[in-house]
Amino acid sequence: MKILVLLKQVPDTDEVKLNPETGTMIREGVGTVINPLDLHALETALRIKETGDHSVTVVSMGPPAAEEAVREAIAMGADRAVLLTDRKFAGADTWATSMALARFAEKEGPFDLILAGEKATDGETGQVGPETGAMLGIPVATYVSRIAELDESGITIEREVEDGKEIWKLPLPSLVSVTKDVNEPRLPTLNGKKLARNASVERIGNDFLELDPSEIGLKGSPTRVVRIGTPKLSRKVEMYEGSSIRDGIDEIKKRLAPYLEVNHE
Amino acid sequence: MSDLLVIAERRGNEIHSSTFELLGKARELSIKRPLTVSVVVLFSGGADRIILAVDRSFSRFNFEPYTKTLASIVREFAPEIILAPATTSGRTYMPGLAALLKTGLTADCTGLDIEEETGNLLQTRPAIGGNIMATIKTPNHRPQMATVRPKTFSALKEAYESKSELVNFEVTPDLTQTEAKLIEFHPIGAGQKGVQDAEVIIAGGMGLRKVENMEPIFRLSKMINGTVGASRKIVDSKWIGHEAQVGLSGHTVKPKIYIAAGISGAVQHIAGMQTAEFIVAINRDRNAAIFNFADIGLVGDAVEILNELAKSLESEVKR
Repeated sequence: MKILVLLKQVPDTDEVKLNPETGTMIREGVGTVINPLDLHALETALRIKETGDHSVTVVSMGPPAAEEAVREAIAMGADRAVLLTDRKFAGADTWATSMALARFAEKEGPFDLILAGEKATDGETGQVGPETGAMLGIPVATYVSRIAELDESGITIEREVEDGKEIWKLPLPSLVSVTKDVNEPRLPTLNGKKLARNASVERIGNDFLELDPSEIGLKGSPTRVVRIGTPKLSRKVEMYEGSSIRDGIDEIKKRLAPYLEVNHE
Repeated sequence: MSDLLVIAERRGNEIHSSTFELLGKARELSIKRPLTVSVVVLFSGGADRIILAVDRSFSRFNFEPYTKTLASIVREFAPEIILAPATTSGRTYMPGLAALLKTGLTADCTGLDIEEETGNLLQTRPAIGGNIMATIKTPNHRPQMATVRPKTFSALKEAYESKSELVNFEVTPDLTQTEAKLIEFHPIGAGQKGVQDAEVIIAGGMGLRKVENMEPIFRLSKMINGTVGASRKIVDSKWIGHEAQVGLSGHTVKPKIYIAAGISGAVQHIAGMQTAEFIVAINRDRNAAIFNFADIGLVGDAVEILNELAKSLESEVKR
């Protein structure tokens, strides 16, 4: 079985600092890592790989500097790592990103199963998985918290939704995006790290994907960011501390009293 | 032919499950006697047109039937703007739809406006962990698509005065074809109100120090029929399930009262609860960011204060 995992490299969020004047993120000197939620998709693929004769390819789109993050996937056990990188891809929104990923999956496929994380920790849209699936014309299941079964006849998954838990059987190929409940991602092994150091990350540009210039990068992106602002959130707080704590508790009590069960009778 | 009419029950803005129970029985009855089963929905309006698409594959959200049918409806009616809730299904079919329609989609908008001269939808959403607000538009593509988290905007209050035209959209078999099959569905047990719909939320954070100290939170929330919320850190530490998580990577909530106990107030958390009507912050650190977003703040140990509060409320019940 051929499995494809979609990865995004994101800024290491623990290091993110804001420019206090502009409110924008200071990107200089901030390392990038594989989107933590995508690691659960990679882990899902690696666990499938361990059950038989399966191969795991990871693909990411990003600048050449994203190579290090993708290389990490090899250290964890992926067979092949591909970085879609081309100046022409720059400025892509979720539509144009999905277009490139879908074309790669078509050209290098067919893949039996495509796995994605729930969303990226930076953009937090969660759109690239379903968009890629729709472009490929295959079924999509999102918010998957468990893979129950996988064989030639399809994949059985559980998805957690607002009103309960669903169990679906999807045919292959399908695209499945997983939540962090699906597994605990492994850490790279020392051996894996050695292997990764010597492994090559394949770089693929639009010469290979052959997408129309109107479908890639900023030009192929329907959305535009037109304004950046800082959120205004503050309230005027009344503080209780020390000897006035009791008054604070009474204040909360007054607010909660109408909700006491007994008062509804 | 005779008719069997089921009157749909509405709960808030939803059609209550009892309606589908009655439809089940109605279908059973119609085997014995040929009855046309009708369902009446008394709808308070707000729309100029109601587009109805009926197919058995829509019983629960299923990616291919939903995206293909919606794409077909959009092609027929050519809307300029499509809005959908940012629920687990909305966040799945909207990207699928945007992909098929080759247009832009903005996730989780907290503000929507229209640029009058161009008709461009100005879509504002938190970005980079809620530290900035980005306004996004889709200048050269139509439709313009956005998802909005539940509880972001206020519901339509008064009935909107207009005649609603009812349009039946014919769902052809090619639109609903899929090999994906729902095998089972396990509903969440009754009584467990989701954090998004809660009127009162008592949320805990790392300031509680250990999982055992969640106890007063559970006790209090039970007393007032509230819901337990959580910061990302205690969810990651497995003190409580992800369904309780409030914030950008959890749920956006808009309760009447939000009590943040031992939560320092990371921007990601604030982004998920700032629209609560009344916010109480309890934290030992006087300089914790959460106090900037609260209506009242108590400086002290959250566990002690919650225990005091619970005791005090208990005596109220007994009285």
